[in-house]
Amino acid sequence: MSYLTLTGVQKRFGEFHAVQDFNLSAAKGEFVSFLGPSGCGKTTTLRMIAGFEQPTAGAITIDGRDVTNVPPNRRNVGMVFQSYALFPNMTVADNIGFGLKVRKRPADQIKTRVAELLETVNLPDKGARYPYQLSGGQQQRVALARALAFEPQVLLLDEPLSALDAKIRVALRHEIRSIQRQLGITTVYVTHDQEEALSLSDRVVVMSEGRMEQVGTPFEIYNFPTTAFVASFVGTLNVLPGVVADSGRGELTIAGQPIRLGHSFEGNRGREIKVALRPEMVSLGAPSNGQNQLTGKVSDISFLGSIVRIRVGLGDGGPVVVLDEFNEPTLNLPKLEDTVTVNFPQDGPLVLDPKESVESVEALIAEA
Amino acid sequence: MTHGGRTGTGLRGLLRMRGGGDSSQPKSLLTRVVSWLIFIGITLYFVVPLFATFLHSIKPKPNGVPDPTLAYRTVLASPNFFIGLGYSFTVGVITILISLLIIVPTAYWVRLRAPRLRPVVEFVTLLPFVIPPVVYVFGLIRTYGGKPFQLLATDTGSNVVLVCAYVILSFPYMYRAVDTGLAAIDVRSLTEASQSLGAGWTRILLRVIFPNIRTAILSGAFLTLAIVVGEFTIATYLARNQAFGPYLSLLGRTQPYTPAVVTLVSFGLTWIAMLLIAFIGRGSRTRVQVAGAR
Repeated sequence: MSYLTLTGVQKRFGEFHAVQDFNLSAAKGEFVSFLGPSGCGKTTTLRMIAGFEQPTAGAITIDGRDVTNVPPNRRNVGMVFQSYALFPNMTVADNIGFGLKVRKRPADQIKTRVAELLETVNLPDKGARYPYQLSGGQQQRVALARALAFEPQVLLLDEPLSALDAKIRVALRHEIRSIQRQLGITTVYVTHDQEEALSLSDRVVVMSEGRMEQVGTPFEIYNFPTTAFVASFVGTLNVLPGVVADSGRGELTIAGQPIRLGHSFEGNRGREIKVALRPEMVSLGAPSNGQNQLTGKVSDISFLGSIVRIRVGLGDGGPVVVLDEFNEPTLNLPKLEDTVTVNFPQDGPLVLDPKESVESVEALIAEA
Repeated sequence: MTHGGRTGTGLRGLLRMRGGGDSSQPKSLLTRVVSWLIFIGITLYFVVPLFATFLHSIKPKPNGVPDPTLAYRTVLASPNFFIGLGYSFTVGVITILISLLIIVPTAYWVRLRAPRLRPVVEFVTLLPFVIPPVVYVFGLIRTYGGKPFQLLATDTGSNVVLVCAYVILSFPYMYRAVDTGLAAIDVRSLTEASQSLGAGWTRILLRVIFPNIRTAILSGAFLTLAIVVGEFTIATYLARNQAFGPYLSLLGRTQPYTPAVVTLVSFGLTWIAMLLIAFIGRGSRTRVQVAGAR
């Protein structure tokens, strides 16, 4: 049963289409993330759910009630902002109790609820402090408690962690998810950080240029991207140019080297296509059991903590295959300019939609 | 570790070389002397006239016998002093309230919804600086003194026009102070946060925006009060000599010593108001500051 629905929602600013034909149905208690580069329309969509922006077309309903034209203060939607937006003139307790005061709840009830929420966000002794006396992470916890205090129907989070440092971001991410699960509140989370979206969400909406590119579980989004944009934006991706040899038998060539896919695809012989391949699907060494192989020269090796990223150039000025190896003490790394063979399974590569320009997608990603 | 330590030392050394770490170095004697001379010069510039005014105020010698408190007694016993001061303070307070009611929502709305209108609003609020008060007051008399308004025919009507005139006169001070206050807070986020929590516009303005620009409002209010209490030209034509400015001018023309006392008293009141604002402002600075990664 849909709890939050957006039907045909559009937003135009003059001639600029910020959001186009956005359709989403979220169940009660579901955690949905909007993921995409800057300017893709994710925050505008969130602001339309909150009521801060009026859709140019379409409808938004919460629990069956059409809220499209309802002002933000009457939507019963809690929101957490990137800049925290705590009231500087009020204590932490007053900030959390603000929404309850607006709803004219009795003072003792407000006090009890504030104490309860301070416990929930692990700040039980900070009620008397002012926002400026707290760290960034603590301020964002208070903002979360404030947004939850009046038991909103939907919780909206607009890049709530982007102003925090990496460690706190990860810790708070888990806290947000745990609190959300505990309260069972329908949540929409906006982020440009794919790791955040994939680790937190029940479903992810990937957006680009105001359009929904793909909606799916994190597993689906990562493993089965339906467009070149999603494939490029989510995770690191090798986008390799190929030439069709026999599409019915899944055969093609990359940099003149034959490979075979585990399935057929569309395309006449000699047609140029693009193939997407995740770095973690590729390994160093000779293939086994019918795996594909490509040979090239090592052009770069970079250490990324737990993994080592190796770039292998396929011929002079040819495409580059990026592969990740776990950074183990026993890892036998090649040297720069060594000729190596890499292998990957037949069902590893993904033939991208030929209608899309991968270069334009890559350029967009680079801009983002 | 050694390398890290060397880097740290090197950085500190570099900062010292660039003048970033020399705060502990003693200032040169010449700098200190010049600083003190400037300080003493400015202090004398302010204190000497005040002291001279004070000396003048204690000079009265009725019948050849010195009576230093005579002028003070005269002023404090004069009902006109309190009437003038009371009238001007009342007009000032009403002006501030009306000005705040106009300026705060306007400046807030411009920042929130119509930032492109800011230059226009700034220009309009600066008009009182461009139009000379005497031209302004004659314009008011000509417009509102005759038919159909005829507001200047009665005391109440004159007072209304006077307050309205002062409200306009206060715009440059009040708008600038309030706008600066609004610039220091994240108006949009605070407004949207309040809205998402269920607050309407009145509550947002009274509970969120006003308290966070309190110091700015006080600064604007103080400037307005100071302008209104000391204003002469408009008050002469519209306040029927009840106001403090014209009263002070009249005293200066008719009595030798009491104007000095009135000057000192009004100066003292001004300082009390300034100290009050400084005190309140100090309290709010520590609370209103927003930390975090904004």
